[in-house]
Amino acid sequence: MKPPPFHYHDPRSLDQALALLASRDNAKLLAGGQSLMPMLNMRFAQPDDIIDLNRIEELSFVRHTEGGRIEIGAMTRQRELADAAVIHDRCPLMCEALRHVGHRATRNRGTIGGSLCHLDPAAELPVVAMALDATVHVQSRRGARTLAMAEFPAFYMTPAIEPDEIVTKISFEPWPAGHGAAFVEFARRHGDFAVVAVAVLLELGGDGAIHRASVVLGGVGPGPLRCAAVEAAVTGSRGGSAFQEAAATCGEIDAMEDVHASSAYRRHLAEVLTHRALDTAFTRAGGERAS
Amino acid sequence: MTETRKIEMTVNGVRHQLEIETRVTLADCLRHHLGLTGTHLGCEHGVCGACTILVDGQAARSCLMLAVQADGAAIATVEGLAGDDGTLHPLQQAFHDNHGLQCGFCTPGMLMTLVEFLESNPDPSETEVREALSGNLCRCTGYQGIVAAALDAAQRMRAQAVGLS
Ligand code: FES
Ligand code: FES
Repeated sequence: MKPPPFHYHDPRSLDQALALLASRDNAKLLAGGQSLMPMLNMRFAQPDDIIDLNRIEELSFVRHTEGGRIEIGAMTRQRELADAAVIHDRCPLMCEALRHVGHRATRNRGTIGGSLCHLDPAAELPVVAMALDATVHVQSRRGARTLAMAEFPAFYMTPAIEPDEIVTKISFEPWPAGHGAAFVEFARRHGDFAVVAVAVLLELGGDGAIHRASVVLGGVGPGPLRCAAVEAAVTGSRGGSAFQEAAATCGEIDAMEDVHASSAYRRHLAEVLTHRALDTAFTRAGGERAS
Repeated sequence: MTETRKIEMTVNGVRHQLEIETRVTLADCLRHHLGLTGTHLGCEHGVCGACTILVDGQAARSCLMLAVQADGAAIATVEGLAGDDGTLHPLQQAFHDNHGLQCGFCTPGMLMTLVEFLESNPDPSETEVREALSGNLCRCTGYQGIVAAALDAAQRMRAQAVGLS
């Protein structure tokens, strides 16, 4: 027997889950279980109550809203996302990133809400959500509110939500058809958390030059890191040496150091991977290199 | 504080009803409560893949699920692969023929991972097989025999499918 004793609840609706959560002091929400279950087995987490969200159907969906946004329910499994036609057609960045998220057996269970709330510094989906400027929707018995993904990470592995709140969905405006996306990462073994990952979105103007760019790094700090310097340096350019110079600004970032890599190595990876991702995204956007 | 629940699940086609402590993992439930010790536990925190089983047809790590979460589910474990008369599943036969196992500890997880994988990708490349197995650790074989077995099994299963149609 591994997990410590707890009271187990499996509410069937969001309302029931919110009521339960509001009435307990030391409860944990169980989503796909790919992070919380290890912590329970090792007894790093010792909650008095487990509120299992897996039987709440209303939290699992991928849909297009009338306003043209894409909404993803927090309990949508990574596997379902990878298979969803809307994601495939409108958000190739997420599709490419999902291939790096764990293994099939973990994607079959793991959810997008779980990935975002666990907020591992090297997890892929928070990087994607940040690159897309996603909005995170949270709810409690006190009401509903939204947070920009940029303000969602409070600090290391901790989202900026209150103990009685549940993330219900994320939403974002897909980039226009014809944009270029690339998700590139380096990991010691396929499916492991990235040492460094980078997400790039590029949109070209009628003149073939980049007129909008989104570049976000994962694995370098406590949360996903938006690279405003790279974005500024590539905007208006047509690839080529501009990408080299833009990627070189990653050499300035304050990268973390741990057992997997030194900060100097992470900066090096950030630079190399960003350069590759820019090149790939530019080609995918149909861009032609300036000579 | 012992909190239990009554659950019902089908394992390899057999219906089971049991009352179980809510904190018991699905892996421990299969092994200790149902006596199905073919599902192995290596790390018990989602890293090694030895405990991989199918839940409603999809591969999952049974150390990362609670037994109560499987209430109403159809589970498939390695015990269900061979025929009733003991005829090995083509995957098992291929592992045997290609030295896909040495101590055999990782084998149940390898097999169940590959069952799901080959169903969705009956004609995989070697790279795809290696990617599919990247979440399963083996301390003995060096993976060569396992990859060869997977490719061989895929071919046998394709031939079988043609034979049946
Ligand atoms: S025992 Fe479940 S993954 Fe290792
Ligand atoms: S055969 Fe021994 S661990 Fe794989």
